[in-house]
Amino acid sequence: MSATYYFAIVGSADSPLYEAEFGVQRNENKHLHQFVVHAALDLVEDALFTTNACYLKIVDTYNDWNVSAYVTPSNVRLMLLHEVKAEEAIRAFFIDCHELFVKTLTNPFYDPSMPIQSQAFDAKVHSLAKKYLL
Amino acid sequence: MAKQYKAIGDEAWKNSVEKVNAELFIFTYGSLVVQLLRDHEDCTSVNQQLDKLGYNIGVRLADDMFARTTLDRCPDVRSTADAVAKVGFRMFLNTTPTVGLWTNDNEFSLLIEDNPLNDFCELPPRALRDGLWYSNVLCGVVRGALEMMHMQARVWFVRDVLRGDDTSEIRVRVERMLDEEVPAADE
Repeated sequence: MSATYYFAIVGSADSPLYEAEFGVQRNENKHLHQFVVHAALDLVEDALFTTNACYLKIVDTYNDWNVSAYVTPSNVRLMLLHEVKAEEAIRAFFIDCHELFVKTLTNPFYDPSMPIQSQAFDAKVHSLAKKYLL
Repeated sequence: MAKQYKAIGDEAWKNSVEKVNAELFIFTYGSLVVQLLRDHEDCTSVNQQLDKLGYNIGVRLADDMFARTTLDRCPDVRSTADAVAKVGFRMFLNTTPTVGLWTNDNEFSLLIEDNPLNDFCELPPRALRDGLWYSNVLCGVVRGALEMMHMQARVWFVRDVLRGDDTSEIRVRVERMLDEEVPAADE
């Protein structure tokens, strides 16, 4: 069974900074993915109270899907919608994405409230997904 | 002669200059360029502002460099170029550009492979389109320093890694020797 993933970076003002889909896409509405992730944001906040860690593992489930979250110290949430449970792979994926995000932050031309439009960032995220998830 | 400049530059970097955290410097310069872009909107005038900034820095750096090293007067443009590259850039930026592409004995290029100002930076499409030279301050610095040494020069960027080229290149043309006079006040 081929896996699909939906990855989103949600900024501290709750607006999406970046979205990407990996794997084979079935005929599922992208809006549904966004909705599920958005609904999970509240649960992420709750989970933050319980732990000091960045990686929050699975915070929510919806039918077949699981939502995993990783929250950076600056309250930027990396959310992954997935069916297959692969905790360690997802953790590694999140950590590398966090590093990529920090590199984007150090670019003086990047405004932290704006969506990330760099092609280089997109390409690297896809290659990380290929490495860890697919 | 060339080896001498390299040695002077290395020695100056090790012993004679105070150092600051590179990231602080790079981020400061980055915010400066971004702020200029926001204020001016037009990349040509941002390039000019950066050049003026650099000019003011350069006129002070020339004497600073001679104060901290054992350099003598340079006999010709070729050794001036070597001094700028191997001593000046090495002391103040810790990078040594290659001097090359000479024409006519008074025009040359500085090929900078690893410009520290470029770390972390990625130009947005608008800046790429409109012709922003991110490190244009370096052109001003060279121009100001040469003017303090009584050489009027035109200095400009030809290629830049941030624009997709394989290396950064600054072209310097020494136009004439100036007589002893007070440099022009604010341009």
